[in-house]
Amino acid sequence: MAYTAADLRKGLKIELEGIPYEVTEFQFVKPGKGQAMYKCRIKNMIAGNTMEKTFRAVDKIDQPNIESRTLHFSYKEGDKYVFMDNKTYEQVELHEEVLGEQCHFLIEDLECEVLFFNGRAMTIELPAFVIKEIKETEPGARGDTATNVLKPAKIDTGYEIGVPIFINQGDFIRIDTRTGKYVERVKQP
Amino acid sequence: MTNRPADSEALRGLRRVLELRARLYAAIRRFFCDRGFLEVETPVLLPANAPEEHVAAVSAGPGWLRTSPELAMKRLLAAGQGKIFQLGPVFRAGENGRWHHPEFTLLEWYRADAGYLEILADAKELLAAAAAALRGAADFAWRDVPLSCAPESWVQLGVSEAFVAHAGWDPAREFDADRFDLDLVSRVEPALPADRPVVLMDYPAPLAALARRKPDDPARAERWELYLGGVELANAYSELTDPAEQRARFEAANARRRARGAAPYPLDEAFLAALAQMPPAGGIALGVDRLLMILADAASLDAVLPFRNG
Repeated sequence: MAYTAADLRKGLKIELEGIPYEVTEFQFVKPGKGQAMYKCRIKNMIAGNTMEKTFRAVDKIDQPNIESRTLHFSYKEGDKYVFMDNKTYEQVELHEEVLGEQCHFLIEDLECEVLFFNGRAMTIELPAFVIKEIKETEPGARGDTATNVLKPAKIDTGYEIGVPIFINQGDFIRIDTRTGKYVERVKQP
Repeated sequence: MTNRPADSEALRGLRRVLELRARLYAAIRRFFCDRGFLEVETPVLLPANAPEEHVAAVSAGPGWLRTSPELAMKRLLAAGQGKIFQLGPVFRAGENGRWHHPEFTLLEWYRADAGYLEILADAKELLAAAAAALRGAADFAWRDVPLSCAPESWVQLGVSEAFVAHAGWDPAREFDADRFDLDLVSRVEPALPADRPVVLMDYPAPLAALARRKPDDPARAERWELYLGGVELANAYSELTDPAEQRARFEAANARRRARGAAPYPLDEAFLAALAQMPPAGGIALGVDRLLMILADAASLDAVLPFRNG
């Protein structure tokens, strides 16, 4: 399957030299006497970096074989994370490298969107917020409700996170998975 | 444009754009009348345009809408009219984007017994006059970037020099049409100074179109293009006056069109016959909507084309 340059638009996913990219910006350009072209900014969907690429109107562009699946986190085994398709009960293993920092925010049965490129898991999208228990931190100073002064803390996966002084070991907190930062203290889920 | 602008702010915005265009047209007409040019009007519906590989005409009943008034204006030069200008609509199929619209306003002017350098002198004065009329001075800002349209601010750069510096090859030595277009938009244009008018001089002969080759350097043609704030604004020639070479170039353009599956265009025989009588001349086409966009401090043509759809 191939696109023509006329199909280009923001958000379109394309394949160049075996790498999937997403079009983040595009603009029709044409020198007065020259051919029509599309000047695009494209984002490498695996590495995350962006670059500029100009396509001629006559160019054919490959369509990547990308599939999105909703999977639930099951358990961890060594550097592999096992996810389950709750409809088919199929188990899918994702390597730590694909998850990166995100592996710290997994909790059992967490629903994730996983993008596969040619059958290989490429990126994973977590819910924006997860709730985690504080496993380790200095005792909190009672009555200190300031939220702008942070101290180090650890969650069950060993991930270090800055939390306000009043947070104690055993407290539950909401974490923004996109920034990896503390949001607020919550009641036990 | 909605039938009636929703609020007074939108109404003022529409009025401002209409007034800026009217003031620009008045400044252009005054500029050329003061210099002894005659304003002319030539047909919009034509039996034939100049065949060009990458310019698509809009077909209309018995013929085509004009992609440029160039051929008709050259017939006027051949008929003894020495200094003429025209301001009016042209049509190019499939050109639509931030800086393109299938119908746009072109300003063309021609001088008999002159070449592209005399046209360059006109263009420098015209731009300063237009900026003074709409912005009060030759120096102003476009999208917060200072832009100087004073005649002494202009820079001239050879096409070959610009390509060697920014794309690493000289298109006048080893021409490659695809590579030229791609490198022009992705490497050369982004590297041009954006704070002043920039002229790219002397195009490779295969891109001469309707320009004559340089008498002392036939690998290059006497053609220049003007960039303002990085936007292509005008294209000027020392005009080709050799009917045999012009016919051969039209036929070559048609052959390239056929080769990529596009329909060839008929030749304008009345123009080719007149070309034998045409004196040496310089001429230019300038995109008025783009100039207005910049003078109106707008980022895209949308702001200066109130009837634009979508």
